[in-house]
Amino acid sequence: MDFKNRDIISIRDFSKDEILHILETSKKIESKPDPELLKNKIMASLFFEPSTRTRMSFESAMRRLGGNVIGFDDPNTTSLKKGETLWDTIKMAESYSDVIVIRSPIEGASRLAAEAAKVPVINAGDGANQHPTQTLLDLYTILKEKKTLENLNVGFLGDLKYGRAVHSLAIALSHFNARMFFISPKALKMPDSYLEELEQKGIWYREEEDLFKVSRELDILYATRIQKERFPDPLEYKKYAGVYRLDRKLLDHIKPGLRILHPLPRVDEIHPELDDTKHAVYFEQAKNGIPVRQTILALVLGG
Amino acid sequence: MKGKTFKISAIKEGTVIDHISADHTFKVVDILNLKGFDNVVTVGMNLESKKLGKKGLIKIGGRHLTKEEVDMIAIIAPKAKINIIKDYNVKDKFRVKIPNVIHNIIKCANTNCVTNVYKVPTKFHVLKGDPLKIRCHYCERLMDIEEVEMV
Repeated sequence: MDFKNRDIISIRDFSKDEILHILETSKKIESKPDPELLKNKIMASLFFEPSTRTRMSFESAMRRLGGNVIGFDDPNTTSLKKGETLWDTIKMAESYSDVIVIRSPIEGASRLAAEAAKVPVINAGDGANQHPTQTLLDLYTILKEKKTLENLNVGFLGDLKYGRAVHSLAIALSHFNARMFFISPKALKMPDSYLEELEQKGIWYREEEDLFKVSRELDILYATRIQKERFPDPLEYKKYAGVYRLDRKLLDHIKPGLRILHPLPRVDEIHPELDDTKHAVYFEQAKNGIPVRQTILALVLGG
Repeated sequence: MKGKTFKISAIKEGTVIDHISADHTFKVVDILNLKGFDNVVTVGMNLESKKLGKKGLIKIGGRHLTKEEVDMIAIIAPKAKINIIKDYNVKDKFRVKIPNVIHNIIKCANTNCVTNVYKVPTKFHVLKGDPLKIRCHYCERLMDIEEVEMV
């Protein structure tokens, strides 16, 4: 399976076998890291919108493989401020680097960047659309915890309307015959287009507002933050913020093997009193971003 | 009026677009820019049709359509049939066909799509032809015929 020079833009671009290959390689890289694997390679990190976790995790992944990082995380300090187009920014970045990592609030920006660049482009999030490396690290975490990705009961909780991590993960899990429970207020429900896509693939799903009605069936609970920045109206945001708060009460309504994931940052969706339980794996999940991103960088750079 | 039918005059040279779904007849007129056209144009709407119930029909004198124009018609009226007229005879006829990929004909309905922000050419993958279901190549938004707007 050759990933050299391949762009990583959308989880839809990957077959089940390709996803499994990335996850298996991540396991190898995590157990036997090679600090010289990407020596003399340069990653351009172009962050057109703020990000802490994804940016730091990519930079750390690159440096731990011996590579270097250039780039920006504040577009106000770049030529974009002077009106430079995305295309021109990418043409400039490709001549300075071996791989480009891009985060943008504009949907489709990463796909366009990949068309502009001769070097491989990795999408680190484009608006409400895709965040494929997040999905791959989510899958890696589930695989590590449950030892399989097949036939799991997966609950998605919170903002299912705007949450790109949820959308991508649901599409990815459709390769593995997951049963999906979409738990949200009606106004933040999973978009119909995604439900239709799952139906076409023969995936069983259920929509529910009350978590406790379905929590006992779940192997995985994927909690998400209600994202303030996606709401045009702050009053609308206030109506839904804090509608689900996971705390110790949850423990009376679950299977012993339940694992709770969250793409982080959290606000108040998960009480810190759950952090020390065996169910909470969200910090482990964030840590898994390193081997998975190392693997992606190594594969596309042919390392 | 019993037994009499309204006859649309034949054209010597040009194109007849038949079997347009009646509701979309004037949308086809719009996309072909026929309002400013200075040759003969006949538009029939709500004509009887065995297949469609009611259909639209457009005769355009002295004009042949480009591939892009035929693709546009296919998107709006997937059952349409094109007749090419020469010397009052049908020289060629074919059914329109929706391409698998639609290049720079349709606007993306997502205002936050990179094609709208940077004014780059659009591209859509056709998932289903009739009724139309397409996915934006860039922002991956699904769209149907009701959301379609031409570039």
